[in-house]
Amino acid sequence: MGVITDNLDIWSQALVGTLVLFFAGGALALVLGIIVGAMRVSPVPIARGVGTFYVSAIRNTPLTLVFFAFVFALPPLLGLRLTGDVSLTLGICALGIYTATYVAEAIRSGVNTVPVGQAEAARALGLSFGQVMSLVVLPQAFRSVIPPMMSVFIALLKNTTVAAGFSIVNLGSVRNYLSERGENAFVVILWVMVIFVALVLLLSWVQRTLENRWRVAR
Amino acid sequence: MSSVLYDVPGPKAILRNRLLGVLTIVVVVGILGFLVWRLAETGQFTAKKWSAFTYTNVWTSILDATLATLAAFGAAALGALLLGFVLAIGRLSDHRWVRWPFTAVIEVFRAIPVLVFMFLLYYGFPVIGIRMEPYWAVVIALVCYNGSVLAEVIRAGVESLPRGQAEAGYAIGLRKAGVMRLVLLPQAIRAMMPVIIAQLVVTLKDTALGFIITYPELLFYAKYIGAQPTVGSPIVPATIVVGAIYITLCLILSFVATVVEKRLRRSARGDVAEPVQPLQQGATDTSLIVAQRGGSAL
Repeated sequence: MGVITDNLDIWSQALVGTLVLFFAGGALALVLGIIVGAMRVSPVPIARGVGTFYVSAIRNTPLTLVFFAFVFALPPLLGLRLTGDVSLTLGICALGIYTATYVAEAIRSGVNTVPVGQAEAARALGLSFGQVMSLVVLPQAFRSVIPPMMSVFIALLKNTTVAAGFSIVNLGSVRNYLSERGENAFVVILWVMVIFVALVLLLSWVQRTLENRWRVAR
Repeated sequence: MSSVLYDVPGPKAILRNRLLGVLTIVVVVGILGFLVWRLAETGQFTAKKWSAFTYTNVWTSILDATLATLAAFGAAALGALLLGFVLAIGRLSDHRWVRWPFTAVIEVFRAIPVLVFMFLLYYGFPVIGIRMEPYWAVVIALVCYNGSVLAEVIRAGVESLPRGQAEAGYAIGLRKAGVMRLVLLPQAIRAMMPVIIAQLVVTLKDTALGFIITYPELLFYAKYIGAQPTVGSPIVPATIVVGAIYITLCLILSFVATVVEKRLRRSARGDVAEPVQPLQQGATDTSLIVAQRGGSAL
C-alpha cells in the first residue's frame, strides 16, 4: 500500500491521464463512429464505399501503428513541436479514430437487429429515410447497441495504456516514474493491474445495469 | 443493392444522393489532398528521404523485423489456441471447484490490458529474479490474453449447440469426455472458426505492442531507421513502408477468415447442427424469407 500512499501525486496524475484519454477518446470515437455507421447504411453508394473502406482499413491496423503514425510521423508533417499537450491531443485522436471503427460496427449491427417489418411498416406509412431511421429504427437499435457498445468502451479503456509507449502520462506509464523514485517495479505493476481489473469490473457493472434498464421488450 | 430502409430513389432522391456523394468525395479528397500537400511541402517525396530504402541492408533488416513479428505471432497464436481449449474445458466443467478458478482466471486475464501484462513480465519479473527476453514477454502476454478470449469463444460455441447433440451422445453410451471430444467440440470449433480467426488477427495486431517493450519488430525498426540522420531521418517514409507491411499481413489473415466463413456457410447444412437461434417473436414474413435465404436483412 505504501507504493500508492507515498506517491499519491504520480498516481493521481496517471489516473487523470487515463481518464482524459478514455473520455476524450471515447467522445471522439462516438461522434466519428456515428457518422461512419450512418454512412455505412445510407442510400448513397459512395458514402457506403468510403465507410466500408475506412472500417476495414483501420480494423486491420494495429493500434500501436496508429499511435506511431500520429505521434511520430504527423508532427514533422504539420510542423508541430512535440510537447506534452500536443502528444496528448494526438494520442486522443489516435484512440478516437481507432475506436470509431468499432463503434460504427456496433451501430451497424444494432440497426440490423431491428426486425425488417419495422422499417417496412415505416416506409409503408410514407416516411423518408431520415424519418425511418430517427423515428423507428434507431430508437429500437439503441437498446440492442448498448451491450456491444460498452464492450467497445471497455476495450478502449484497456487500450489507453498503449499511450504509455508514446510518453503520454497514464496508468501504463506509472512504472517509468516510480522506478526513478526507486520503487519496486513488480509491486507497482501489480497495483496497476488491480486498478484496471477494478475499472473494468465497474464498467461491466454499468453495462449490466444499462442492459437491464433498456432490455428489449419484444 | 436494395435495402429495406429506403425506397427505390425517385428523381428528387437521386439528385440528393448524388449531391451527398459529391460532398463525400469532396471531404475525402480534401483530407487526402491536405496530407499529400503537407507531405510534399515538408519534402517527404524527395529522393534523400527515401534513400534509406535503396540499400539491401535496410531491406534485409526489414525482412528480419517482419520475421520477428511473425515469429511472435506464430508462437502466440499456437499457445493461445492451446490455452483457449484448456480454459474452455475447465470453464465448462460440471464440478464447481474446477469451474470457479478457471472462470476467475479467464476474467482476470481479460480485464488486464495486454501491455500492462507485458510490462509485468519484462520489467516486473526481474525484481523477483525471473529475467526473460522481450520475445517471451510478448508471447506469454499474448497467449494469456488471447487464450482467455478464445476460451470464451469456444465456450459460447459449445453452449450455442442444440441440447439434443449432447443428449444423443450420452444416449449412445459416450462419457462426458467422449461427448465433449467427439460431438460438441468439433461442431463448436467449426461454427466458431470465423471468430477464432478474427481473434488471431487481433493477436497479430497486438504483436505491435512489443515495440513498447523493445522487442525488435517492425515498428521498432521503423523508429530506428527514422532516427538515422545520415539518411535524412526518414520517419515518415519508414512509417509508410512498415505500415503497409503490417496492414497487408492483417488483411491476408482477415481474408482467410472471410473465405472460411463463406465456405462454412455453404457447407453448414450437412455437417454442423444449426445453432439455436431464438426466433424473434413477431418477425414478419419478409424477415423469415430473408433469414431462410441466409442473407442479412438490412
